[in-house]
Amino acid sequence: MPQIVCENLTLGYGGETIVEGLTFSVDAGMYLCVVGENGAGKSTLMKTILGLHTPLSGRVAFGDGLRQREIGYLSQQTDVQRDFPASVREIVLSGCQGRMGLWPFYHREEKELAARNMERMGVADLADRCYRDLSGGQQQRVLLARALCATQKLLLLDEPVSGLDPVVTADMYRVIEELHQSGVTILMITHDVTEALPYATHILHLGRRRFFGTRDEYLRDRQSAFSLDGKEETR
Amino acid sequence: MNEIFAKLAMYMEFPFVRYAVIVGVLIALCSSLLGVTLVLKRFSFIGDGLSHVAFGALSVAAVLGMTNRMTVVLPITLVAAVLLLRAGKEAKIKGDAAIAMISVTSLAFGYLLMNLFSASANVSGDVCSTLFGSTSILTLTKQEVWLSVALSVVILLIFVLFYQKIFAVTFDEDFARAVGTNAGRYNLIIAVVVAVIIVLAMNLVGSLLISAFVIFPALSSMRLFHTFFSVTVCSAVLSVLCALSGILLSVLAGTPVGATVVAMDAAAFLFCCAAGEIRGGV
Repeated sequence: MPQIVCENLTLGYGGETIVEGLTFSVDAGMYLCVVGENGAGKSTLMKTILGLHTPLSGRVAFGDGLRQREIGYLSQQTDVQRDFPASVREIVLSGCQGRMGLWPFYHREEKELAARNMERMGVADLADRCYRDLSGGQQQRVLLARALCATQKLLLLDEPVSGLDPVVTADMYRVIEELHQSGVTILMITHDVTEALPYATHILHLGRRRFFGTRDEYLRDRQSAFSLDGKEETR
Repeated sequence: MNEIFAKLAMYMEFPFVRYAVIVGVLIALCSSLLGVTLVLKRFSFIGDGLSHVAFGALSVAAVLGMTNRMTVVLPITLVAAVLLLRAGKEAKIKGDAAIAMISVTSLAFGYLLMNLFSASANVSGDVCSTLFGSTSILTLTKQEVWLSVALSVVILLIFVLFYQKIFAVTFDEDFARAVGTNAGRYNLIIAVVVAVIIVLAMNLVGSLLISAFVIFPALSSMRLFHTFFSVTVCSAVLSVLCALSGILLSVLAGTPVGATVVAMDAAAFLFCCAAGEIRGGV
């Protein structure tokens, strides 16, 4: 049983269809990269999986012990966050909010979980620092630690390296790969195909040339597309 | 110095001065708590918009000759708060434009009503005191004081109980919703509490100066502190100190209460900016 099944999804905003008839599934242990041009519907697909956006038709189902609320989500940074006065500890702890239901305060259990994940992401020594004073790479690690507090099983990353310099980007991919090795399923949106390709096990390409399959299939598919002298081929 | 204390002690003998101090401090405390969230969510002007709506509602109540004005003002302001929050998401006229539109419309409407139907001989005086608060805090009845105390306690409780959720929704609404937090509900709670605070604060500072009351303490403490918790606590402390000193100063010097308190808030902001620069060059 896959962790996520998307069946015949049609996505769009205000009467306009962006993606039509999309079917794919995510199994435990996959490292799936979602690639495609701007406006191809990558972010909309993410939001649909998270339940923040309702599909025009089709459905998203969860299995293998994964529930929609247990997806660890690394969102793109907003303007509000860039100058937000909050300590690293406060932010990571907020990853536990889904576990408390209506109870207003965090228990020791949640505080320990947050501490463990800060340790895991190497930001434990920054715990009392202010989020806005950190470098871009450190901020992403903090947000990853927060996402890990919300999940054991699946991370959904929305452009995790956007705005980072090459060294930090490489470091970020390494961190994500380590998480993947430790058994976390990775679902990542990126427009940087070449950088992400070495790590991915599967690729979902949205846009005119839609593709879903393993990385090797994708590479072959790409090669044959190029050998056709760039002739448009629709699937 | 002793003279001043003697004079203050003399004024404190009067119940209306004590009422003003109690209500002023409570309002300052409540408004500063949510100020941090409003500033960070880029909603600073919601306070302004809502207070103008409250002004419109107040003129309706005045024209109808109602004795207990709160019963009209509070529901109307609440509805406006909820509508503005919804409007931010779905309506054709977005966020700031919606706020500006609603606020000037109700301001004009309120002033028109007061001019056309007011029984009072001093219309501009009435308008002025509603806009700037002037002396109305010194004319509070015992009933109004108890109502303010009760509402303040409720607001404080709500804030403490929902503190973690409010933080989560303020920092990252998408993430909060993704892990199952009902962000809409907490936004609604924030809107309702803001509306209640605005109605309470109108007595103290009048409708034109309320935004200063809501945003200044938050902005000041953000210059000095770096965690959400310390910013919130500092903003509450600053706001209470400014309100207290402002009210006492206005009693001593005979200045308008609202304007004096806001002047204290502004002075505190300048001080915090300077202190922040010296401490760490933020």
